[in-house]
Amino acid sequence: MQSNCWRSSCWPRVRSVATSLALGLALLGAAVPAASAETQVRVAMTAADIPDWTGAPDQGYEGYRFVGFSLYDSLVLWDLSRSDVAADIKPGLAESWSIDPNDHKRWIFKLRQGVKFHDGCAWNADALIWNYRRTMDTTAPQYNPRHHAGQSWLIVNIAKIEKIDDYTVALITPIVDSLLPYEVPGWFQISPCAVEKVHNDYAEYAKAPMGTGPYKFDKVVAHERLELVKNPDYWDKSRVPKHDRLVLLPMPEASTRAAALLAGQVDFVEAPSPDTIPKLKSAGMNIITVPYPHNWDYQVRADRPPFSDIRVRRAANYAMNRAEMVEMLQGVATEGYGKFIESQPYYGNPVKYTYNPDKAKALLKEAGCLPCKITVGISTSGSGQMQPLPMNELVKEQLEAVGFEVTIDPIDWNSLVDVYIGGAKKYPKYDAINVSLSSIEPLQGIMKSSMTRYQTPNGFNWGLYSNPEVDALGEAALAEFDTPKRNAIIAKMHEKLVDEAYEVFIVHDLNPRALSPKLKGFVQAQSWFQDLTPISVSP
Amino acid sequence: MWLYAARRVLFTIPIGLGVTIICFALIYLAPGDPVQSLLPPDATANDIAQLKHYYGLDKPIPVQYILWLGHALTGDLGISIQTNRPVTDEVWRALGNTVSIATISAVLAMIIALGLGIVAATNIGGWADRLATAIAVFGVSVPTFWLAVVLVIVFAVQLGVLPATGMGSKGSNTFSWFEWSEARYAVLPIVAMTLTPLGILMRTTRASLADILSQDFIQTLRAKGLSETAVIRHAIANALPQILAMFGLQLGYLIGGSILIETIFTWPGTGFLLNKAILTRDIPLLQGTILVLAMAFVGINLIVDLIQTLVDPRIKRI
Repeated sequence: MQSNCWRSSCWPRVRSVATSLALGLALLGAAVPAASAETQVRVAMTAADIPDWTGAPDQGYEGYRFVGFSLYDSLVLWDLSRSDVAADIKPGLAESWSIDPNDHKRWIFKLRQGVKFHDGCAWNADALIWNYRRTMDTTAPQYNPRHHAGQSWLIVNIAKIEKIDDYTVALITPIVDSLLPYEVPGWFQISPCAVEKVHNDYAEYAKAPMGTGPYKFDKVVAHERLELVKNPDYWDKSRVPKHDRLVLLPMPEASTRAAALLAGQVDFVEAPSPDTIPKLKSAGMNIITVPYPHNWDYQVRADRPPFSDIRVRRAANYAMNRAEMVEMLQGVATEGYGKFIESQPYYGNPVKYTYNPDKAKALLKEAGCLPCKITVGISTSGSGQMQPLPMNELVKEQLEAVGFEVTIDPIDWNSLVDVYIGGAKKYPKYDAINVSLSSIEPLQGIMKSSMTRYQTPNGFNWGLYSNPEVDALGEAALAEFDTPKRNAIIAKMHEKLVDEAYEVFIVHDLNPRALSPKLKGFVQAQSWFQDLTPISVSP
Repeated sequence: MWLYAARRVLFTIPIGLGVTIICFALIYLAPGDPVQSLLPPDATANDIAQLKHYYGLDKPIPVQYILWLGHALTGDLGISIQTNRPVTDEVWRALGNTVSIATISAVLAMIIALGLGIVAATNIGGWADRLATAIAVFGVSVPTFWLAVVLVIVFAVQLGVLPATGMGSKGSNTFSWFEWSEARYAVLPIVAMTLTPLGILMRTTRASLADILSQDFIQTLRAKGLSETAVIRHAIANALPQILAMFGLQLGYLIGGSILIETIFTWPGTGFLLNKAILTRDIPLLQGTILVLAMAFVGINLIVDLIQTLVDPRIKRI
């Protein structure tokens, strides 16, 4: 009877039929290899939507990571080939750069020759100047306000570009800026021919965007998926993708991303939640973590009590039981004692505020701030914010254990960013905010958050911190063109800022990713950006 | 009938206007900046102002509202801040994806609920009634997002028989209901969406049918010697207006309120679109989607009202 075939005795027969079928299919597959040979990497991003692909990525750094650096190149790129050192810069569409010895506000960039955009348009000085005007010149026909909004912060220190010859340009800076090469990675170069062909209509350009990157645009299904294909003619032969297709899928729900990976619908998952990691591991997925310049910290209002008192700031740092936080996060973070991570050349040898509740209590008593009432603005989710609700609950518990009285004000991510950009004076109710930021390079990492001239709204020194010694170190670093000497100054600045406890340092994210065992060759760089080109896909 | 229909259509105009005003008020009452998601963290105040001007968000809110309403009346809902594409196109596309699974879910729920409701109402207190009621209570009580996650864990992750997310293997552009390899992507969202309306419709059917079966005219029908099947048919005809009204409401809820299910299954419908618009603070898209959903809800209930007058001629005299 047929129903008996559910018994195990029938399995040999079933297996035999299955084997024959499999063999047949395998032979069929061998006969038509071309159609089935394409390899693809399907990435589940945390982004709520597909990041902009026209040259000004949004959706936080995820847009730069997966779309920007895939379709496009910058003058300078990040070297993402190693996981044992913090990522540094390397030549991109510029082969080399140097400061004019007679004028320290004039950088000379030699452009890479022989590079073409995906549509065959030539990359040269004219293309660079056209892109500068696209981003900065409101009178240029190719000017795009959205691109200006998304990209101008990267080139705000370029006042003008002068063409010296077809492959040499001078970048004029309004201030002496030794860190300019660290600022421009991420200013993406798009094809002037492609935009001119559609009469500067960027909605049309979005249908066929052209960069010089290792991937070419193939197709997009709005809100669902962006498909890129390998650029076999990429100028850097070591970075020609080892797979044929890159599929980017926005999946803001962590549980959906994990389920999609387990069900075999995606191969590469960003930021799996700590709760799902054991399950993913047991299913054979590779969980990759590596330190990177990320800070989960509190920016404090340093211009008014209670945080204007260094004893209160230090007390908050001593109150942090970071090991407990790491344990709660199931090991996907490391204890944070400064703005930079130890592998960065700017870390130096700062003082370490290890957990010491008695010292914290004593400092608060000495400062006369008991109970020390503070209001903290936090988000309920958001780019780089990790698990903000339980993490902030733990911080509150730890601060209150030493004498603080903490009011947590949870708001949505966009509102918190508004508080951050608007500045402390615009939102006086907050004594501190929890906005997680990158410290990829020194300017963004510490200078813009600590120097007086970058106080909001002119930068993102939200807490209105001001210290002449810190300002002097910052200016000295910007004027120093010798890299080791500059790094030493920045390290000194970092040591000073940590000693000043200008923020409450808590943890650094370890940037967990889950990869299907089919993917080989991925090297997770110590960076917010990653290179997917070395990934190969086994059957 | 026509007068009744015209009156009902006229009622939709103030409702629609009210909806548009509430949309605007809600969006602008929320804190945060609409262009924030397009800007880097250290964007200057000038950058923000320039971008707001580009999208017309620097105008006074009443002016923005009147301009938007004027365009909306011609079918132009503006341009999405995130995608730079017409909101009308985005919303219609998503609405089609939602209506397809919502309609299947609602019809499926209606068919099962009618069957269970009839069995329960004709066996009050019996085991069949208790079983059907238990199913209904489960359907009404269980949170749909929890059910959706459980369905994914069981059928996509553990058994691996159905996909966990998405609308088709290559996205909604190539989705086909006539190919199982594609249509299977809709199974779990449909099951998750069916359960709640199934419970509600079953309870409505059971209650209204039980009430009608206890009325005097049913005794008269039985006394006249009609078969039990014929008696129940008469009872159903009398209960139908109530069930239809509830069906309309449920279909409306499914079309407008499936944010959680569509987000969990990444089904690119209106709920999914609404969630994206909220997360990215895409105001034109948010306004357009809410407006279309609200009008769809009003439209469905209008149609149901009109169908009710056909089923029960007493209604049009009201």
